[in-house]
Amino acid sequence: MALTRQDVAKVGLLARLALSGDDVDRMTGELSKIVGFVSQLEELDTNNVAPLAHPLDTQNVFRADEPKPSLTTAEALQSAPRHDGSCFLVPAVLGESGAA
Amino acid sequence: MQPLELSAVDLVTAIRQGEVSAVQVAEAFLGRIAKVDGSINAFLHVDREAALARAADIDARRKAGKPLGALAGLPVAVKDALCTSDQPTTCASKMLAGFRPPYDAHVVAKLRQADAVLVGKTNMDEFAMGGSNENSAFGAVHNPWDLTRAPGGSSGGSAACVAADMAPAAIGSDTGGSIRQPAGLCGITGLKPTYGRVSRRGLVAFASSLDQIGPMTRSAADCALLMETIAGHDPGDATSLADDVPRYSEMLEKPLTGLRIGRVAEHFGPGLDPEVAHGVEEAFAAFKAAGATIHDVELPHAKYGIATYYLVAPCEASSNLARYDGAHYGCRSSVRPTGEFESPLVEMYCRSRAEGFGPEVKRRIMLGTYALSAGYYDAFYAKALRVRRLIRQDYLDAFQQVDLIGGPVSPTPAFPLGEKTSDPLAMYLVDMYTVGTNLAGIGGISFPCGFTKGGLPIGFQLQGPALSEPLLLRAADRYQKLTDWHTRRPKLAT
Repeated sequence: MALTRQDVAKVGLLARLALSGDDVDRMTGELSKIVGFVSQLEELDTNNVAPLAHPLDTQNVFRADEPKPSLTTAEALQSAPRHDGSCFLVPAVLGESGAA
Repeated sequence: MQPLELSAVDLVTAIRQGEVSAVQVAEAFLGRIAKVDGSINAFLHVDREAALARAADIDARRKAGKPLGALAGLPVAVKDALCTSDQPTTCASKMLAGFRPPYDAHVVAKLRQADAVLVGKTNMDEFAMGGSNENSAFGAVHNPWDLTRAPGGSSGGSAACVAADMAPAAIGSDTGGSIRQPAGLCGITGLKPTYGRVSRRGLVAFASSLDQIGPMTRSAADCALLMETIAGHDPGDATSLADDVPRYSEMLEKPLTGLRIGRVAEHFGPGLDPEVAHGVEEAFAAFKAAGATIHDVELPHAKYGIATYYLVAPCEASSNLARYDGAHYGCRSSVRPTGEFESPLVEMYCRSRAEGFGPEVKRRIMLGTYALSAGYYDAFYAKALRVRRLIRQDYLDAFQQVDLIGGPVSPTPAFPLGEKTSDPLAMYLVDMYTVGTNLAGIGGISFPCGFTKGGLPIGFQLQGPALSEPLLLRAADRYQKLTDWHTRRPKLAT
């Protein structure tokens, strides 16, 4: 199964990865090969098999709704690329400007 | 007394009895690291001063007659995928270069409580994605048995540091074979516990339904000792199992008489190196001589393991790694907005992730994003989850007939560095015997069962049902009482 350059460019944006033209070329080939390989699963009839997302029998885990200690603001910000002491600073979410 | 030659079990005993001090032990291993790691690159960070201070504190408390933890004075190396609040945690990625987590992983906290001496963080494939440790952003690890060869991956640094006597014990993580395969290629013992047996809290997430932390040591007895500290329920990991932790070390002695070990004919098909096949058959013979019986079993869907794994794991990874966005921590691009993207924020995301992640991580994020995207979700991700159930059912059926399943860990011994780097699919196939364990959520252990004519270790794998760690460790320990493969050491030029 072959992916097109357009497929790869679209997935790159969905995955939030800036890809150069060379990246797209290389990944189109590599991903086509891998997708071709994993497509061998098509030969199995799984119509009556339920998906298994988790290996063990699990159940919801609850705890009492009581406040517990958590990271302080300073701890949460300690590795932030940019912050103002109370918030993470990021470029503009909407529009063109924003130099943060 | 030469600390480098003692097992973890014997080191802990010797320190407790005052035959050697924790500082002497720490100095011996730190000295070894300084001497040989320049040619191996197993460590990304060594915390010499903190380790010595920690050891001195343990010695002082011992002299004062104060209680000590179960691992008091034992040097332990930790894969750089586990958060350490006092050491960098990078996952061998530029994305996390210099990152200091605000908390300790649960396993790291347990090791500290047990008075282990954390000597440093070990090299790995970036974000644990790889089978050779060549995907590290900070350089490949060299196999101590042959420096031109790969140590395996992704826990390659943890395997190599134990093999080269730089630490008596290390912590690894295993998503598709990342403990067992490097342990096999480096001639050490590695346990991948049952999913949920060891808390994943603070393990940098790769594929959350497959990831599991485990010990990597020179012997099964040493793995048993480590497991008593790191296993157990953690309210901070909702998938952590509540079952009591057995005293693994006290359950090793019982003979193997009557143990039923399964042998899968397909494991010996095309692609298996003849010398590996021979070593594995010899191990089956040794288990038979020890009283076990060998039975043919079938895992009819095992051949679909790699294809299933390379959908499930990248899909989960594409979701887990979405957190690296350049906003909260980690690498952030300094490129000024060009207007080529829908907003400056999206551009910052896309450029930061492009700069921070290496090629294999990008490949898996792309593959997972593609397989989860509209129009492909059912054909790829949901399909893989259905096959995953078939793979697990194969194991459940097999374990009706046998107690454990034996076989090779990897199709070949350690391969030359660079041999598979240009062919991602060839690299994926090195995990053909190990991914099933993770997909089924069960336990597996690998340990050395011979050497090739060229002097490279050959690994044997045992897989067992959920929570069969006592049996896996006992079978491996009994084998190691009858053989001496696990005592062999590489000869390193120093």
